Amino acid sequence: MEQAQLMFAATGALIFVFGLVAGLRDDSLLGRIIAINISGVGLFLLLVALAYRGLCQAADPIPHALVLTGIVVAVAASGLAIAIGRKLDELRNSSHRREGDSS
Amino acid sequence: MMLWWVVDLTLCALMIALAAGSLFAATLRRRVIFFIAFGLLTAIVWARLQAPDLALAEAAIGAGLTGALLLAALPTAQPTEHKRDADRLIEWVSLLLAALLAVVLIAVLTTLLPVVDGDPSLAVTARLSDAGVSHPVTAVLLNFRAWDTLLELAVLLCATIGVLNLAPARKAPRHAGALADTLIRILLPLLILTAGYLLWNGAFAPGGAFQAGAVLAAATVVLHLGGGVRLPPFSLAQLRGLLALGLLLFLSVGLVQLAFGQALLQYPLAWAGSLILLIETGATLSIATMLSLVYLGGHPLRDWPVAGDSRDREI
Repeated sequence: MEQAQLMFAATGALIFVFGLVAGLRDDSLLGRIIAINISGVGLFLLLVALAYRGLCQAADPIPHALVLTGIVVAVAASGLAIAIGRKLDELRNSSHRREGDSS
Repeated sequence: MMLWWVVDLTLCALMIALAAGSLFAATLRRRVIFFIAFGLLTAIVWARLQAPDLALAEAAIGAGLTGALLLAALPTAQPTEHKRDADRLIEWVSLLLAALLAVVLIAVLTTLLPVVDGDPSLAVTARLSDAGVSHPVTAVLLNFRAWDTLLELAVLLCATIGVLNLAPARKAPRHAGALADTLIRILLPLLILTAGYLLWNGAFAPGGAFQAGAVLAAATVVLHLGGGVRLPPFSLAQLRGLLALGLLLFLSVGLVQLAFGQALLQYPLAWAGSLILLIETGATLSIATMLSLVYLGGHPLRDWPVAGDSRDREI
């Protein structure tokens, strides 16, 4: 039981760190959003693994409530990031077009 | 327990593989599809780690809504990706630092584990009879740590307002055909029924406002993707009302407590169950509206109030 806890916690730590680094190194905005989401899931996995108390015992509900909050906030933040990205593309395209007109 | 050890190892290896796929696959489309698979696997891992609430939320939100959101955001024409010749040194140093950070995190974890003494779940189980609901996660979310959930609704509202004010909603895709219409006709009532069931269930079993709201928002996604059926028409006032309903109900319940001389959001014992259900119902409707709007990526109304023509201010 302790072993399972450790295994999932270590997996979570790995996914968190590599998601974070991949997100920092990514070129595209959408790629970054995916990477940050992956990194977030890694962190959630870490918390839930720490809440785990074995097969025959209920897990600690406080980290579960925290992670539930995190999942919902993550989707809202991703949605906002995608909307901002769409607006940026739109502005960039229109400024390109204007440059093309003037030249 | 040899068997569980094998199951755990498989799950962990699969998670790392799918995470690597969604981080490093060649095209963005592949990465998004890997991400959806990763979300579904995560839901299974939550179920394995005895977190059924999270499994429900992850399947609906993490894999479902986020996946739909990312798929819809994929650029239709693959832009010519100009790979920058990143400095090799920086690349290696960043990877090295990442590996170091991972090692440190795992080392800290091994010293922390096992978390046994001062088990925080005891504090929840000891006071569960005062909560008005018998499911511990709902008790934490809506009673013991209600303040957090209140602020979370406010955060969601802020994100939604941001999305609403950036652009008009995406146009619905073309009509998907008669087969999809039939599927939608079967799915939609089921989704609404499931949302109601999850909401009611939250008091004593896994479920609650977040899962129910996400399932309702999934109904919007299905409707939008089908293309043939239009979304229910809302006036601006109705939309605003729906968005604010959860937060307003939550706040007014809290303030009424304050007026009776108790702490903010400290429910009286006899009323706790029904007050929590009331707040959760409002929160479900608001969360469903917010997530739907975030998925649609902007305001759905033609007469959306704009402060001055945005074209005048473009530089």
